[in-house]
Amino acid sequence: MAQLTMIEAIRSALSQALEKDERVLIFGEDVGVSGGVFRATDGLMQRFGEERVFDTPLAESSIAGLATGLSIQGFLPVAEIQFFGFVFEAMDEIIGQAARMRFRTGGRFHCPIVYRAPFGGGVKTPELHADSLEGLFAQSPGIKVVVPSSPYEAKGLLLSAIFDEDPVLFLEHMKLYRSFREEVPEEFYTLPLGEAKVVREGKDLTLISYGAMVRTALKSAEMAEKEQGLSVEVIDLRTISPLDMETIVTSIRKTHRAMVLQEAQRSAGVAAEVIARINEEALYDLEGPVLRVTPPDTVYPFTLFEKEWLPTEQLVLDQISQAMQA
Amino acid sequence: MSIETPVRAQGDLRVIDEEGQLIDPNSLPEITNEKLTQLMERMLFTRLWDERAIKWTRQGKLGFYAPVSGQEAAMIGSEAALSPDDFILPSYRDVPQAVWHGWPLYQAFLYSFGHQQGNQIPEGVHTLPPQIIIGAQVVQAAGVAMAFKLRKEKRVALAYIGDGGTSQGDFYEGMNVAGVYRLPLILMIQNNQFAISVPVEKQTAVKELAKKAEAAGIEGKRVDGMDVLAVYKAVQEAVQKAKAGGGPTMIEALTFRYGPHTMSGDDPGRYRTKELEHDWRARDPLVRFRKFLQSKGLWTEEAEQRVEAKAKEEVQASLDQANKYPAMTLASLANHMYGKMPRELARQVAGSGLNADSGVK
Repeated sequence: MAQLTMIEAIRSALSQALEKDERVLIFGEDVGVSGGVFRATDGLMQRFGEERVFDTPLAESSIAGLATGLSIQGFLPVAEIQFFGFVFEAMDEIIGQAARMRFRTGGRFHCPIVYRAPFGGGVKTPELHADSLEGLFAQSPGIKVVVPSSPYEAKGLLLSAIFDEDPVLFLEHMKLYRSFREEVPEEFYTLPLGEAKVVREGKDLTLISYGAMVRTALKSAEMAEKEQGLSVEVIDLRTISPLDMETIVTSIRKTHRAMVLQEAQRSAGVAAEVIARINEEALYDLEGPVLRVTPPDTVYPFTLFEKEWLPTEQLVLDQISQAMQA
Repeated sequence: MSIETPVRAQGDLRVIDEEGQLIDPNSLPEITNEKLTQLMERMLFTRLWDERAIKWTRQGKLGFYAPVSGQEAAMIGSEAALSPDDFILPSYRDVPQAVWHGWPLYQAFLYSFGHQQGNQIPEGVHTLPPQIIIGAQVVQAAGVAMAFKLRKEKRVALAYIGDGGTSQGDFYEGMNVAGVYRLPLILMIQNNQFAISVPVEKQTAVKELAKKAEAAGIEGKRVDGMDVLAVYKAVQEAVQKAKAGGGPTMIEALTFRYGPHTMSGDDPGRYRTKELEHDWRARDPLVRFRKFLQSKGLWTEEAEQRVEAKAKEEVQASLDQANKYPAMTLASLANHMYGKMPRELARQVAGSGLNADSGVK
């Protein structure tokens, strides 16, 4: 097995999807000749031709609109939104149109589209590149939202997303693109959408996260063990819509304490939803309130302040200590 | 803020005048006598259906309804120039085109009621349900047209939009991308002079909407939208060009809606004069085309009565069929959110207190 970075794992998935099924098309800004601003599609246009991998005009709503029209005609479009903050330009086409297509046509048409978008903080991007806007989509019925936390996860989840029958927003944290390698099978494989994964076993507290914050959660869990002798279980949500509550509730029945860590600003987001659902499904298994560790309710800051703004391992550790005292 | 006098031009392409006289004998489109008669039958049927629907809406027998009288030439003429496997993307008023393209009339009434199954377009009928978001259909039409081009199918996508819709970002994005890839797309603008209450002069400083095509490097033409043959001819040429690989065409049809924007409380008296309405009614598409057909011996009083009787019967039968349709259910709503219902949604349906299979009309 090869040791791949996440961007290499994503490219491997895209390439294998194109090979496997000629209905798969890849398009977006700079994805063709240039191979994408992060090289996710490097070499794919040259290999599969301009009819399958192509550059579009710089207009996100038409990128998403092409995907809608192509998908109702039987194609499997993988549309790239160059940076997730640009998605506001395409909100109607994604949430107002594609996500509702099956519903509004009573099942006659549906939109098996993947919208890939890089996002996430800590890499010194300009405004509206790093923002965690996934909550807007998680609140919208009809679209699935997937956020991988590693190269292995990224490849398997992306292949599932491409061959899924519903529209899927696939969010790629920029900090994960090249920060580490792990073993990724060369062959085609899929990982299930809508299923969370226990990435570290523990018995004292369940720490729930997704995306790059899974790395932070794992490090905090190690620190908690070393410094406080605590055994923290870490769950990677992988799909934030629809949520897999079974994995979470099963874990809480064991640990009786839980905390949610997210990179998105605090209110009305994934952490809020997870906590509400824990209240509905596992309240009497808890020994204390479920806390959330998040940045404050501001927009994503300018680069000079992002380190201070993003949740740190130490902050998570402090919150774990507080949760254990409750 | 002063606004210039409305442009009331009749378009660059005209085939018959208000008296039904052929303007130039060489300007007739390629069309059979059967098709000529069919255009009249459909326009007349649509006019009678519209009058009935307006009455029924006032009586509370229908729900959402956007009147179409005045626009029959632009609507019927454009759809009639397509093949059944061409794909149309209608806007909210473009119900007649979708129906003449194969959407059953009773389903159009279900759609008006607010019943989900109204939009369940039958297999083999190539239309989307009417679009509510102004302009969204244009970028989607580019995608549909791209699918045809990639599969090398001789088919076109036709998106309908209004004068107000040409102000939307999606209108520009859609025509732009269609131009880049030379997609088999027809952008049919029905310029009926008002977007609800706002006149076209307040939408844009450009005098002819079809000139917007130049910004995308595509062909734009303006036709007399009260002349069904002019509309038919323009769309027929655009279809032939698109199927030969010549790319997209924008067509602006100058027309007018006689009624309000919708039956939901709009009062045209607040934003347009009786005089203007009178001017447009004097150019009525049915009146002039009827005269044209009569002069060719293709239309008789008997034909008129036959279509009237047929329309009366079929429109009533379709409403009856819609009224008898099974009630909408929570299960149907929830089942169609995803390919497979997520566990949490299933739990919500089960816990809703509503029987998943029960519902209200």
